Amino acid sequence: MNIHEYQARELFAEFNVATQPGRVAFTPEEAHKIAADLGGKIVVKAQIHAGGRGKGTFESGFKGGVHLCDTPKEASDLAAQMLGQVLVTHQTGPVGKEVSKVFVGEAVDITRELYVAILIDRATSAPVVIASTEGGVDIEAVAEESPEKILRVLIDPTLGLMPFQTRDIAIALGLTGPLLNQTSKLLTNLYRLFLERDCSMVEINPLVVTSTGKVLALDAKFNFDDNALYRQPSIVAMRDVTEEDPREVEASKSDLNYIGLDGNIACLVNGAGLAMATMDIIQYAGGSPANFLDVGGGASREQVTAAFKIILADPKVEGILVNIFGGIMDCNIIATGIVEAARETALSIPLVVRLEGNNVAAGKKTLAESGLPLISGEDILDAANKIVAAVKATA
Amino acid sequence: MAILVNSDTRLLIQGITGSFGARHAQLSLDYGTQVVAGVTPGKGGQRFANTVPIFDTVGSAVKETGATVSVIFVPPPFAADAILEGVEAGLDLVVCITEGIPVNDMVKVKHAMRGSKTRLIGPNCPGIVTPGTGPDSTGGCRIGIAPGYIHRRGNIGVVSRSGTLTYEAVWQLTTRGYGQSTCVGIGGDPVNGTSHRDVLEMFNNDPETEAIIMIGEIGGTGEEEAAAWAKEHCRKPIAAFIAGATAPPGRRMGHAGAIVSGGKGTAAAKIAAMEEAGIAVSPTPAEMAQTLLNILKK
Repeated sequence: MNIHEYQARELFAEFNVATQPGRVAFTPEEAHKIAADLGGKIVVKAQIHAGGRGKGTFESGFKGGVHLCDTPKEASDLAAQMLGQVLVTHQTGPVGKEVSKVFVGEAVDITRELYVAILIDRATSAPVVIASTEGGVDIEAVAEESPEKILRVLIDPTLGLMPFQTRDIAIALGLTGPLLNQTSKLLTNLYRLFLERDCSMVEINPLVVTSTGKVLALDAKFNFDDNALYRQPSIVAMRDVTEEDPREVEASKSDLNYIGLDGNIACLVNGAGLAMATMDIIQYAGGSPANFLDVGGGASREQVTAAFKIILADPKVEGILVNIFGGIMDCNIIATGIVEAARETALSIPLVVRLEGNNVAAGKKTLAESGLPLISGEDILDAANKIVAAVKATA
Repeated sequence: MAILVNSDTRLLIQGITGSFGARHAQLSLDYGTQVVAGVTPGKGGQRFANTVPIFDTVGSAVKETGATVSVIFVPPPFAADAILEGVEAGLDLVVCITEGIPVNDMVKVKHAMRGSKTRLIGPNCPGIVTPGTGPDSTGGCRIGIAPGYIHRRGNIGVVSRSGTLTYEAVWQLTTRGYGQSTCVGIGGDPVNGTSHRDVLEMFNNDPETEAIIMIGEIGGTGEEEAAAWAKEHCRKPIAAFIAGATAPPGRRMGHAGAIVSGGKGTAAAKIAAMEEAGIAVSPTPAEMAQTLLNILKK
């Protein structure tokens, strides 16, 4: 689950991680008020779940999703140029994202830009702090070109991030003298946030030093452990469904595990590994997968119907491949569900079904006798070849 | 003979009275698994299916029945605690089926388990099957949620992160007349108890296992580590399949651990590591067994 920059700031405020003062505005009038309250030089930043905002362009022609200004009037004018407009950045894709809120904050005079992140290191199954003097740039490029500039400090899960470790990190980043203790405190609070809000990653890029001698988190990206959301109601409350793929929002309502892609051949599978493998084999057979969809252990008629509806709502979909290994589930029950879903959705695009497992003979019979123009696949590869061919034939 | 479990294994089931646990407890019993105890706090003294005694705690179940292995069907908020209870009771093996355990809980569990004699498999895994020699492979040991009938007793070891892909590979082998020594699901979570490499080592040391199928997916570096180990140490032929070549970066593909993060954990990198180690890679999920059989014939 992702959150907006202004929500990240709220979390930082809650956990006392020093950040630049400011608030979110939904209207130019609000932007004016916030700028007036703050006084001094102001930064106005479009709030979307994507990076590259500074260099982006609005569909209206207005350039840049991040601007500095000097007065509250200028702040509200900038907000008016951004709010309700679509911002296109190199991370949003050409479709861009509509801006419905802006962050209005105190502009800071930056003397250094650094990088710090906390995430779970899979190799050691422990949390790790990643820090670098190279902030404000793409950290993956730094890791590629200058790996010696990346510091990794493993955290003992029982002890947590120790104060002496935070000081080692500060010194490694060249944050000495009056900056040392500030940084130590920031890192300690950041780890506390990471732990108490069940983050899978928190990334501050850049962590800045200002000309007034402050160490601040200027921008932050959070990822939360989806498995822990049941115990994080305040994080769940931050969810912005308008930033999510509407197909995925719909799917989650029916408890379907669905991820939308760009292709034209949809799939419906039981089991995440098999679902990934089915997407792969569609491509292998010369097609383009439209989605990932795992119906899990419950390929009931209701679930299959809900899944078909979501798949068919995607105008790019030209064919469907259903791949089910009925382990304990009865293939005939699954086949009946598929037939009924196809009827209920008045399915008119090619459908290839590959069933295997428990009671498969009866299942195949049900499909064959359904009177529907569905095609049976003998094995996964045969099924993939058949759906690709069927879609090409209708093109 | 086989690895980890066999027809003599005495199994206890944590969460035996929940609907998920009960269903699979019955299927394991039907398969011939020695389910000797169940644990559901508050239901101690009752019986499951009129035969299996239920206890309030793992410790008392172990004391009364001599169970050495547990399978956990406990919901995510309570599963980490269930694992640690099994470790505390001195079990040899804990198999955690539960999907959805918070990563931070598993980080703590793994850390707490260091140095203990207990092996953890999972979480978020389908379990382990050592097939028997009865009809539909009954008479063996079925731990978890895999369908029993697809198996056949034999000499191929199977290790996988994915449930249904395992069943596909197993069924491909069985229908070609090749049986399995043991099938191990290590699960789809990013922090888990047992890796591909751990299981390859066990298969390498098992006299009954002659060849191995290894099934992986995007995320992490487990497959690469297993490949590097196999190159130096594994005497037995391995065929592999890696799922997720078409997965978009940064998205969690069903399994919590199936995510390409910061450019790392791609299917391409894993396949390259396999090939570098002399492991035959199946280009599609339809050819997993055939890929192994092709190298066996050489």
